[in-house]
Amino acid sequence: MTHTTEALREEHAEPVNKRETRSLYKKRVPIYPKSIKGHFRRIKWTFLTILLGIYYVVPWLRWDRGPNAPDQAVLIDFPARRFYFFFIEIWPQEVYYLTGILILAALGLFAVTSMFGRLWCAWGCPQTVWTDLFLWVEHQIEGDRSARIRLDKAAWSPSKVGKKAFKHVVWIMISAATGGAWVFYFADAPTLARDIVLFQAPAAAWLTIGFLTLSTYLLAGHAREQVCTYMCPYARFQAAMLDEQSLIVTYRSDRGEPRGKYKRGESLENRGHCISCNQCVVVCPTGIDIRDGQQLECINCGLCIDACNRVMDGVGFPRGLIALDTLSNVESRRKGGKDTFRLIRGRTVVYSSIMLVVGGIMLFGLISRSPLDINVLRDRNPLFVALSDGSIRNAYTFKIINKLHDTRTYSLSVKGLSGAEISVAGGVAPDKKFTVAPDKLASYRIFLKVDREALENEATDIEFVLTDSVSGTEATYDSVFRGPDR
Amino acid sequence: MPTKDEKDTFAAENTTGHEWDGIAEFNNPLPRWWLWIFYATIVWSVGYWVVYPSWPLVQSYLPGVLGQSDRADLATTIAEAKQRQGTYLAKIEASDVSEIVADKELFDFASAGGRSAFGLHCSQCHGSGAAGFVGYPNLADDDWLWGGTLADIQHTIQYGIRSDHDETRSNDMPAFLTDETLDKEQINDVAEYVLALSNSGSDAEAAKRGEPLYAENCASCHGDDGKGLREMGGPRLTDAIWLYGGDKASVVKTISFSRKGVMPAWEDKLDPVTIKQLAVYVHSLGGGE
Repeated sequence: MTHTTEALREEHAEPVNKRETRSLYKKRVPIYPKSIKGHFRRIKWTFLTILLGIYYVVPWLRWDRGPNAPDQAVLIDFPARRFYFFFIEIWPQEVYYLTGILILAALGLFAVTSMFGRLWCAWGCPQTVWTDLFLWVEHQIEGDRSARIRLDKAAWSPSKVGKKAFKHVVWIMISAATGGAWVFYFADAPTLARDIVLFQAPAAAWLTIGFLTLSTYLLAGHAREQVCTYMCPYARFQAAMLDEQSLIVTYRSDRGEPRGKYKRGESLENRGHCISCNQCVVVCPTGIDIRDGQQLECINCGLCIDACNRVMDGVGFPRGLIALDTLSNVESRRKGGKDTFRLIRGRTVVYSSIMLVVGGIMLFGLISRSPLDINVLRDRNPLFVALSDGSIRNAYTFKIINKLHDTRTYSLSVKGLSGAEISVAGGVAPDKKFTVAPDKLASYRIFLKVDREALENEATDIEFVLTDSVSGTEATYDSVFRGPDR
Repeated sequence: MPTKDEKDTFAAENTTGHEWDGIAEFNNPLPRWWLWIFYATIVWSVGYWVVYPSWPLVQSYLPGVLGQSDRADLATTIAEAKQRQGTYLAKIEASDVSEIVADKELFDFASAGGRSAFGLHCSQCHGSGAAGFVGYPNLADDDWLWGGTLADIQHTIQYGIRSDHDETRSNDMPAFLTDETLDKEQINDVAEYVLALSNSGSDAEAAKRGEPLYAENCASCHGDDGKGLREMGGPRLTDAIWLYGGDKASVVKTISFSRKGVMPAWEDKLDPVTIKQLAVYVHSLGGGE
């Protein structure tokens, strides 16, 4: 008995699997970012204005392409399977340009991240832009941080209901405008705008507007930083692009620590410049403490820099306790060394050179892009046909793509096969002049006939040459003429 | 300076409490709304049961309030496609084959339809590329037993060759050895003569002996000069194309025992529009006249 009592007295451990220590889910703790003025805030407003301006204005720009094509400068025409971008017109088989653009975008993101941190997150990302806009609305209606905290804690009153309702109505209006602008990229904007006003727009337009309204309202109004921390893959892997040489928003711990409350005139011995005012924390839109170092929630927006600079000005310390800096500089200053910034590093060179190569290939493709394309598919069954006079014939499916906006007529010739006779299947193109309607593809079956004696090998390399009879533009296609085994 | 990392590493409340050999499992809690989305998808799935076909019953299944059915959708899609084809098919029905090939759009449609029908009904004998086999004519070359114009081809497809149709194309080459019209020696001579017509013979003496035999027995169908007689379906013997082989043994066999390929009449099996499309397609293979 004594033994048991002793044992009971000794074992004081907390049960590790106690229910309250093990919640697998976490309620979102609301963040009330305080508004702040400053250098980085101005940059954010500038980017927000420019980007939203581009987004809303671009579908309304006109671009004259002649009578047979849409006059919208930027248009993704799904039913007709065309993408128009000012002077460029992309056909579905040229969608590799999109691949190139995506590769360039990804590499651009990597390169910028490795040099200057998450500038995309800070200024360019739609999530940032719309969240900023929504926060501004919230600030205008409910007041700044402390007022918003008070309002959320207060009991429901007519004034609170009014403010909240007003805020959500404005948010939903902005969201609807977001979705409403998106659909203009996919149809003639003025026509669609009229249809929307008259409630005659197609169901796809309404669904798109509805979906984007809902997603904008939820993501920018409610989810906010949760999109960055839980949904965005980039936030999770951006650390792989950063190194100690990347210029990122940095708390200069070498200067700031040890931190503590500061009374004016107090000696600066045995303490750093950080006065623990927490202004960097209250302005942070993702609710982190930058003094903990670089972390995945940090979108590099620099608002903490603005906040800290104001405080430093106030207490009479130099600015830049939080600044765009590199981790290696913090280390080197701590050891009494100097600041350096190396822009040219292994990874930046690799990213930039791949970008140059991909960009070069795309530019070359775009410049050498012809308004006339041909595609020749040789019959493989049968490989060739022996004719009654002993000559050999091959058949080809011949596709002519006329990317111009007027009808063109083409003539065909073959190089590399002496005495080859060209004919066309059916009663079409009897004079061997191929007429293709504007912006269309036409398919023909072509026969090549040649004397058996003219063939030196089982396979002879040939080249089809199609010539535009008006402009003289030539398109060539390498193919093969096959005969019997020799 | 306590950082988040250190807190994660050392604070007991940030593990799930599961531990194996001193390795503790971190607890990185999911946001609560994520869990709600999970529940929402479960609720949403119940909606599917109500709206779409779902649970199997003994005899049938729960059809769902929308009455959606893949089978019915397919039927609708096919009906729609048929309707879109309808304008072309009506045009083909009303047009003569020669009018079809003159209209690029109609020609493209008819050749595509013909290709599909060819694969279904003709490729078994003539090959999917229409190049034929021994005994089954190559339709892509320019050698035609019964004529290679659009009308000729249409007629052949419609009524067949040696078929049971009254309008069928038909001829009957005698089996000269079986019928004892010629003996083996004579057949050898005729064969040499026939081969000499296309400059592939080897025995000029025998060919000379075969010439009168040819004139007497063969010329009525194959022509005096061996160039064939289309109205009789008599093959041309002067060219480089041999349906049953152009070597001497094959030619001797043909003369001795005759050859009688049969092609069915398609009139009863295919509608006139399909036959026209087939004619257009076969004509477009390269040999059309």
